[in-house]
Amino acid sequence: MAAPTTAADLVVAPSKPEDNYLTHDKGILSWIFTLDHKRIGLMYLVSVLVSFALGGFFALVVRTELLTPGKTLITHDQFNQAFTLHGAVMVFLVIIPGIPAALGNIILPLQLGAKDVAFPRLNLMSYHLWVLGALFLLASMVISAADTGWTFYVPYSTSTTTAVIPAVFGAFILGFSSIFTGLNFIVTIHKLRPPGMTWFRMPLFLWALYATAVIQVLATPVIGITLLMLIVERLVGLGIFDPSLGGDPVLFQHFFWFYSHPAVYIMIVPAFGVISELICAFSRKPIFGYKFIALSSLAIAFLGFLVWGHHMFTSGQSVLAGAIFSAITFLIAIPTAIKIFNWLATMYKGRIHLDTPMLYALAFLWVFTIGGVTGVFLATMSVNVHLHDTYFVVAHFHYVMMGGSITAFMGGLHYWWPKFTGRMYPERAGRVGAILVFLGLNFTFFPQFILGTRGMPRRYYNYLPEFTGLHQFSTIGAYILGAGFLLTAIYLLKSVRSGPKAPANPWGATTLEWTCQSPPPYYNFHEAPVVNRGPYDNYDKLRFDKKSRGYVPAE
Amino acid sequence: MSSSLIANIAAQPPQPQSPASPDYWMPFPASTVAGEVDWLYDFIFWLSTAVSFAIFAVMILFAVRYRARGREENELADKTSEHNTALEITWSVIPLFLVIAIFVWGFKGYVNLRTVPKEALEVHVQAQKWSWLFTYPNGYTDTELHVPKDRDVRVVIQAVDVLHSLFIPAFRVKMDAVPGRYTDLWFNATEAGTYPIFCAEYCGTAHSDMLSRVIVHEPGGFEAFLEQAQDLEKQMPPAELGEQLYRRQGCAACHSVDGSVQVGPTWKGIFGATHAMTDGTSVVVDENYLREAILEPQARIRQGFPPSMPTYKGKLEDYQLTALIEYIKTLK
Repeated sequence: MAAPTTAADLVVAPSKPEDNYLTHDKGILSWIFTLDHKRIGLMYLVSVLVSFALGGFFALVVRTELLTPGKTLITHDQFNQAFTLHGAVMVFLVIIPGIPAALGNIILPLQLGAKDVAFPRLNLMSYHLWVLGALFLLASMVISAADTGWTFYVPYSTSTTTAVIPAVFGAFILGFSSIFTGLNFIVTIHKLRPPGMTWFRMPLFLWALYATAVIQVLATPVIGITLLMLIVERLVGLGIFDPSLGGDPVLFQHFFWFYSHPAVYIMIVPAFGVISELICAFSRKPIFGYKFIALSSLAIAFLGFLVWGHHMFTSGQSVLAGAIFSAITFLIAIPTAIKIFNWLATMYKGRIHLDTPMLYALAFLWVFTIGGVTGVFLATMSVNVHLHDTYFVVAHFHYVMMGGSITAFMGGLHYWWPKFTGRMYPERAGRVGAILVFLGLNFTFFPQFILGTRGMPRRYYNYLPEFTGLHQFSTIGAYILGAGFLLTAIYLLKSVRSGPKAPANPWGATTLEWTCQSPPPYYNFHEAPVVNRGPYDNYDKLRFDKKSRGYVPAE
Repeated sequence: MSSSLIANIAAQPPQPQSPASPDYWMPFPASTVAGEVDWLYDFIFWLSTAVSFAIFAVMILFAVRYRARGREENELADKTSEHNTALEITWSVIPLFLVIAIFVWGFKGYVNLRTVPKEALEVHVQAQKWSWLFTYPNGYTDTELHVPKDRDVRVVIQAVDVLHSLFIPAFRVKMDAVPGRYTDLWFNATEAGTYPIFCAEYCGTAHSDMLSRVIVHEPGGFEAFLEQAQDLEKQMPPAELGEQLYRRQGCAACHSVDGSVQVGPTWKGIFGATHAMTDGTSVVVDENYLREAILEPQARIRQGFPPSMPTYKGKLEDYQLTALIEYIKTLK
């Protein structure tokens, strides 16, 4: 005979305040097979940061080798492998997943006030695919690291004896991971916005992730097919790219850049989103020109599909094609420039707090401006002929990728660190790290503009003695950069254990992720929030609370 | 005169070196297009510098001027407009006009770079791992590019293995060498002297050593050089000439002289040896076999090697062939 059910049996145990997504389940399997977007995002974050350390290690090897014109440290072939691994790791394992898959995975549902992404299982699968792809890249590294450059240009990539196939197959798998993340984000943003959050009430980070997701879904399949054809060509001599079999090596370049140029926007558009969040939160003001910034992300995503030929002005491509690619490239410069003006206008008459995330945002404005204007040199066809494949290009894309994407990633990482971990990082060390990174970046890459203009080609193991001074300057810059990141790694790791407990809203930001506790509960929100305002309204309805060191509703 | 010529075609060419440039950024300008390219580069440079510093100045000004006192103060930002149509149109339209102007100048310059003048002197270059082989109208081949001053020169580019890119910074020209098709570039050198040539498209192990020089001759000097270069060959000891041809004709890409096996058999100790052929016969390598192997490489192929050697029939004069064979004989 069963005991009668009493009222007490029906009461749901209230969630304890210390119960959050980090403590909700225990054991390694509860992480590997979790469906929680925050845990998946955190695993992405750790993986991306480990990859970043690996890619950074190869960068330092490359820069150290270039201290002297001849041999300094390693052989020709090892150098070629080192710069290939640096590029492939940084592009495929760090920058592409960095902001969307690591930061976005945690923040996107939180900014929507949602419980999770639309397809949690797909989300987990995309992480598992990322791990699988990374393992293939590692396999190539262990067998005989590819020495093709991250661009895998044929016919070199079909004729070299190094393990190109594992590396290419790794990139192929990583492509699927990226597509699934994009697909998931598109559906999530369409279907899981909370009541009252119209498109133009979405935080700009979500607009940026949305534009990025569209590119991921539309462009990545092209690189997938191209890489697959490369593998088949290498295995059985398909003859699509190899001229001795009737193929055309320039066709590969078209296919490759048809993806890889939009991929540049996969890397930088999310950074725009992060910067918009940071500038508002630390200027304590709504963004200037919200609609323009939101829609320009989409415009850039669209135009980004039509400019791939500007990588090929010296490939023998027709003058007419080149002219069209050049013209559209210049068009993209306009919305990009306006975004910078908008961010500056947002700071105007704000009340600016120079915490670490804001220092990274200001560093971004500085470095990305240089990256942007040097893009104008490269878009100019006659000047491009001289600068193409020189260190000028290396400097330009490092200013954009490293200076733009990574700086924004670091800013976002510090901004959301309290939300992710429930701990504050040490502010003073954070600022020192940000300043070291900023200085290191400029010392490393600015001399490379001069090197390239003077004619120093890229991917050179040996170089003419006349370039020695600038190369050494650049290498010293790389060490400063390395020191900045090492310091950052140390204090972040320490803060996980011993940092002060983070309040729900340490920065007084107005987007929804700051309304749930830090770290968020397993189900994010006790009840779905209702939105009746713009994402950056109501700074005046928040008040700093000295006791919790965070912001609370004013009344 | 003749000693400098010998230096020019010595076995190990000196490392190229850029002449001192009047500009801190751009290398020494030595072609008719350099001035135009540099002018546009400088225009963008100063415009970029001005725009960048304006942005940095405003950014620093705002960060200092509007810096908050502290979180405890609970300061609120001043109310400002979130739009300003006039301002937004201004900062969109002015950059738009500027980039249109830059685009048009860049396009014009590019059309000029890609439109080869008629009656240009033609030099063919074959790019291969990891050397450049320039062939002049009289058939002379060298790893360095000799050109006359003040004359349009068209370089027709081809690649035998992977992508390369012919880059002459002093002339502001660059063009990829693509296997399976011809590409070209042209220039008109305005200053006599020597300037570096680089390979700009990554091509494997010794990519960074695929260097050469362009030597711009004063009027008359180029013709004299070509004539003498070929005459000089006839006055050299055959084995010495053979060693030069080994390098200049690209033999080194597939045949080693130190015993290591590359695509083709090594030349070290090959003369006088007996080797099995793919057709089952065996051959004693003597002068006649070497001559046949160079002129009709597919006739008899040594076991264990691919039939990938191109014929040199018509590419080598008889005395050059003899010189090569004499050189092979010295490699014991």
